[in-house]
Parts: sequence; structure tokens; C-alpha cells
Amino acid sequence: MTQSVLEPPQTEQPQALEQAQVLNRSDLPPNLDAFGAELDALRQRVLDDLGERDADYIHRIIKAQRTLEVGGRALLFLGIIPPAWLAGTVMLGLSKILDNMEIGHNVMHGQYDWMGEPALYGKDFEWDNACPGDQWRHSHNYMHHTHTNIVGMDRDVGYGILRMSDKQPWEPYFLGNPLYAFLLMVLFQYGVAVHELETERIRAGEIGFADKKEMLLETWQKVRRQTLKDYVAFPLLSGPFAPLVFAGNMTANLMRNVWSYTIIFCGHFPDGTQEFTIEETENESRGMWYYRQILGSANLTGGKWFHIFSGNLSFQVEHHLFPDLPAHRYAEIAPQVREICERYGVPYNTGPLLKQFGSVVRKICKLALPWN
Amino acid sequence: MFTQTLTRRVLGSNLVDLLTGPHGVDRYTELVSPTWTQNDARARIVAVRRSTPRSVTLLLEPNDAFPGFKAGQHVNLSVDIDGRRRTRCYSPASAEGQRLLELTIGRHEGGLVSEHLYRNARPGMVVGLEKVGGDFVLPAIRPRRILLISGGSGITPVMSMLRTLIAERYDGRVTFIHYARSRDEACYHDELAEMSRVRVLHGYTRTPEHGGSARLDAGEAKLGPPREHGDLQGHFGAEHLVAAMPNPDAVYVCGPPALVTAVREQYPAAISESFVPPVFTVPADPSGGQVSFLGSTISVIDDGRTLLEQAEAAGLQPTSGCRMGICHSCTCRKTGGAVRNLITGAISTAESEDIQICVSVPVGDVEIDL
Repeated sequence: MTQSVLEPPQTEQPQALEQAQVLNRSDLPPNLDAFGAELDALRQRVLDDLGERDADYIHRIIKAQRTLEVGGRALLFLGIIPPAWLAGTVMLGLSKILDNMEIGHNVMHGQYDWMGEPALYGKDFEWDNACPGDQWRHSHNYMHHTHTNIVGMDRDVGYGILRMSDKQPWEPYFLGNPLYAFLLMVLFQYGVAVHELETERIRAGEIGFADKKEMLLETWQKVRRQTLKDYVAFPLLSGPFAPLVFAGNMTANLMRNVWSYTIIFCGHFPDGTQEFTIEETENESRGMWYYRQILGSANLTGGKWFHIFSGNLSFQVEHHLFPDLPAHRYAEIAPQVREICERYGVPYNTGPLLKQFGSVVRKICKLALPWN
Repeated sequence: MFTQTLTRRVLGSNLVDLLTGPHGVDRYTELVSPTWTQNDARARIVAVRRSTPRSVTLLLEPNDAFPGFKAGQHVNLSVDIDGRRRTRCYSPASAEGQRLLELTIGRHEGGLVSEHLYRNARPGMVVGLEKVGGDFVLPAIRPRRILLISGGSGITPVMSMLRTLIAERYDGRVTFIHYARSRDEACYHDELAEMSRVRVLHGYTRTPEHGGSARLDAGEAKLGPPREHGDLQGHFGAEHLVAAMPNPDAVYVCGPPALVTAVREQYPAAISESFVPPVFTVPADPSGGQVSFLGSTISVIDDGRTLLEQAEAAGLQPTSGCRMGICHSCTCRKTGGAVRNLITGAISTAESEDIQICVSVPVGDVEIDL
């Protein structure tokens, strides 16, 4: 449908075509090339400064995560004592949050590749999550980060099951938007694991499950091992306390699911963030690409520990500008990014968690209805 | 011993692998003790000696994951410097089969790892050991007359051979010629002097008259016989062989290329090893180099485009994503040559380095493992 706009049947109207493309960009701020160059220079300053401090940081986070995990699982073996069960569950949940967010997500972006440490190679890293690392690297690092908020290309816009933008045409299925969103939140790791399934294309009849056999097999192998670990092996090892360990592990996974969903949905869908069409983003310059990353992202305000347990995705703007810089650097460069944005007249979206998430929930409910 | 074996069995079991998945048991045990790993060979430094001004000797205690080595082989030693893992190849000087591994590391002008170890190595430090290898080894059936020749830091694999032969009570004849710049810089001088069954000849290529260390020489003269001129004069030549060992059955030489070439002229069958730090000069005109893609037989002449585009134009299908240096989907190991990153302008010349092929262009000849 949109193709026809780009390829007009009458070739004697090149002027009209050019205008149609430029039209969407008429409200671009001027000097985007200089804007991009300033951001490039900022990135380079951080790259030049990478060293022992960054290596120590990620090693400390990893040590904290593994300690929380071992400690949490040990306490769950004493789960018959209620405070031990509670503490064990919370520790395991926090460990899974750190593993997925500040470690897994960031390491898999290649943020620590410069260290040359094989255990931290972005291309090889595997996380404590149902989604196989290789699939994540494709759907997230490439599809989502390159085509951020482009409806029809970035599958994070609704995960193939939600209507997150008025640019997605309404259909009766979307009446269930709030319900699907709730289910996605609770089962988030599985939602991420079937990201590559492209359910929206299966629903539309474009592809069948058979086309996704290889991907499903890979996902199944990862899900099977994760399930065996959390829901069979550890419970059985605790003997008579198996149900308590099972429940603790399930609660910890739920904690991680709800938290990561909340943070991630606050990254791109609060009020003020924008979605784009494929045509709008064709032939982008680097400066325009930076500009779109900022328009499509929103930050969260909070303290040091809030940022760490968010995997520093609370600096979503900085993360989308520089996805391969070590994430703990985002807090340091955020004031400079903001200052550059102000000078070039680029909006910088930030707010507290409750306000941002509230506006996401409102959007999910609003877009369930056909007139929105 | 039994409990050790049992611990290894348990930690290596499928159940523990499942329970510690997806990271694996080593990522947990290493936090208790950095050398407690099943799969990653590592070693703890137990002693450090700086016996010459241009070298540091490390005594290492490897963990059980270290497979051991044969005398004369080399091993990759890795150490973290300013957050970056740096790997260099060294030949142990200790006899094979010993519990402790001895490395003597010569300092290079501007050498990152050697200088770091010379300054900072201390007992307790942990280093990585990988990839034992090399064909510079003695045959299983030992020759009867062995001539060993080394120059400078090339002494280490030869020293390992010597110590191994002595440890196994070898009853043939061994002569060892070692070249150093001066008496001060001759590693293992005293230990060699005590090897009664080995004929040891030292050659010093810089005589004290030119070296200007008269005060030190005078001090040494009081301690023992003046050795500053060595047993042999100048660089290696045919006359040194006559003095050392006529008609050896096997000749082993390790040292600078010039020494190896000189020995080869006399003994074409000599087994040799030469450590030459790779020197890259970045060509002024970046185009026209040969780009080889390992894992295929394809190579192309650089046309100035990115490595990704050139690989695709050659019919290859390397993994790629954003094609703008963001997503790291295309990261590949460059195994040789130099490339320039178009975004940062940085030029990678290291022999083995991961690069993003979508934003890298060749600078001269390049070898990429896609």
C-alpha cells in the first residue's frame, strides 16, 4: 500500500515524489548533521576513556548477581521458615533481574567486547531467560535498535500482539489489548522468547508455524533447560520442601517478568514518545537516526540502585543513542546529552516511573478502542 | 586425592551444568577463587624474580585445567591490563611434567605485556593460560649428540629442553650456546654454570668497551673470574661450531631471525623457532590490498568499500544487522592485517582482534575469519 506512494506509476512526476518524502521531514530541527557530529564526539570521548573502572564495575555486578543467586537458592532450601522463603525468593528475583538487565542485556549489546574477556563476549553470552541469546541479538540488537519505533519493522512496538501506536490499524482483536498486555507482563520472558515467531504475520496468514520450525526448536531447547532447572531440578534437590522451592522460583521469575516489562515499556511508549513509518525513515542520515532514537525513547528518573536494577535502561535515550557503550556510563553522559538536545531544540523525554508507566497503561487501554 | 577427584566429577556433571546454567559452573567457582575453574586453564603466580635488568621470571602454579606442555612448546599467557585482556605467547623454561611452570619474559621496547609484568607481577596474581602448542620439541627417542643454540629471550624453550634432559637423566652429550648482549643480560647464567654434564658456551654480542659498564665489571671481577668477554667472540659463525660440538645429531636453535638464518646456513636440518613481534606499517594508500576470507577459498582485491560489502559482493553471506556499527551482529575475528573503523577512525593492527565488518575498511592486506 505504501509502496505505491514511493513508486508512482507516472515517471514524469519526480517532483511530486520528492515532495512526498520531504513532507514528513518538514518539522525536522535544522543542523541535524552538526547534532550528530556532537553526539559522535561524545561517544568517542567515552570510548577513549574505557578501562579498568568499567571492567571492575561489571565484575562487581556479576559477583553481586551470583552471590544473590546462590544465597537466594540456599535460603529457599530452608523455605519452611517463612522469613527464609521470603528472603530467598527476593534475592533470587533480584539476581534474575540483574542477570537479565544490567548483565545480559548490556553484555549482549557488545558493551564489554573491548575487554576481550571470552565470558563477556556479546556474541556468545547467554542469559538466565527463556529467550535464546542468539534470537535476542537479532530481534533486539538489530531489529529494535536499528528500526526503533518504526511500525512494521520494530517488533517491540506491541510484540506482535498489542496495539501500541495509532499508526497500527485497529481490528476487533485489539479490544483485548489490556488483557494481552497483562498476560505479556506476567509471562514476559516467554513473550520475549517467541519474539522471533512473528505472531502478527502468522495471524495475517503470511507465514505458517512450519516456517518457524528451526526457531521454535531453538527456543524449546532453551525453555526446556530453564524449566528443568527452576521447576524440576532445584525443587527435587530440596526433597520434602520441593513445593516451597518451586513456588519461590516461580515468584522470582514473576518478579523479573513484571519488573523488566515495566522498565521496557516505559522506554518507548510513555506520552510524548513517537512512532514512525517506514517511508519517514528512508535514507536517514546519522544525525536523523540519532534524532529518531531520541524521539522514540523516554528516560526514568530515580536513584543509583533504581538505575542499576533497571540495567540503566532508565537512561533509554542514552542507551538508544549509544547501545554499545557500557551502560553505567549513561548516567555520567546524560547531562551532556540533554544539554546538546536543548541547544538543537530536540525534545528530551524523562519522568518518574509511576507517571511514565501510568501513561503507558492509559495508552494500552485507549488503543483498544477503534476511535483512538 | 580422592576428594579432589570426587569434587571434579561432581562439578563436571550434567546436573551441575544444568543447575549453573546458562553460565556454567566456572562462572561461580571462579568468584570463590579465580583459579578454581574446570575448563579455563589459569595459573597463580607464586614467585617473581628479576634476575637481569631486561627480564622477569615468573613461577606459576597452574590449575587442573592446564593440560601441560612438552619441552620447547609455547603457551598463550593472558593478563588484564586497564580492563583489557592481553594475550602473548611465551615458552616455559621449566622442565616438562613439573608442578610449577617457569616463564622468563624479556622486556621489549614499548612492549605492553612484558613491561606490565616486569613492573607489576607479584605473587598471588592470576593469569590465563591457553593454547599450548608448537613443533619445537625433542623427538621421543632422544638423539645422542644434541646442540642447543639460543639468543636473548629465545633461551626459554631451550632451557626447558635442557632441564627436561637433565631431569630424565639423559646420558648423551649436550652442548648449549647462548648469546646475550652482555653478562648482565644472560639469563640463567649461574644455573647453567652448575650443570656439570652440559657444555655451556656464552657469547656476548656487545663487549663492555662499548657498553660503558666498567664499574659493574670491576665489581664482578672481585667475585669470580672475569667473564665479560664470554667464551665466544661476536655473533654466531662457523668457528663457534667448531669450538662447541662438531657433527651433532640434532640442532635446535631459538632466537632472532638473523641467528636462526646463520645456524641454518651451517645446519640446514636445524629445528628452529623465532619470535618476531609482528610489525605493521599502515600503507599510505589504503586501497588495493588482498582481502582473504577464512573458511572459504575466496579472496578479493580491496576496492575501498567496507569488509561486509566486499564479502557480500564476493558471494559470501556473513551475518550482519544494522550495517552502521550499532548492533554488533557482524562482529568477526580479524586474524591478520590492519583495518580502519570508519566511525571511530581507529586502526586495528593487532594480529587477532574482533572487528565490526560493516564499518571497517581494509588498510592493505587483511585476513578475516567470517
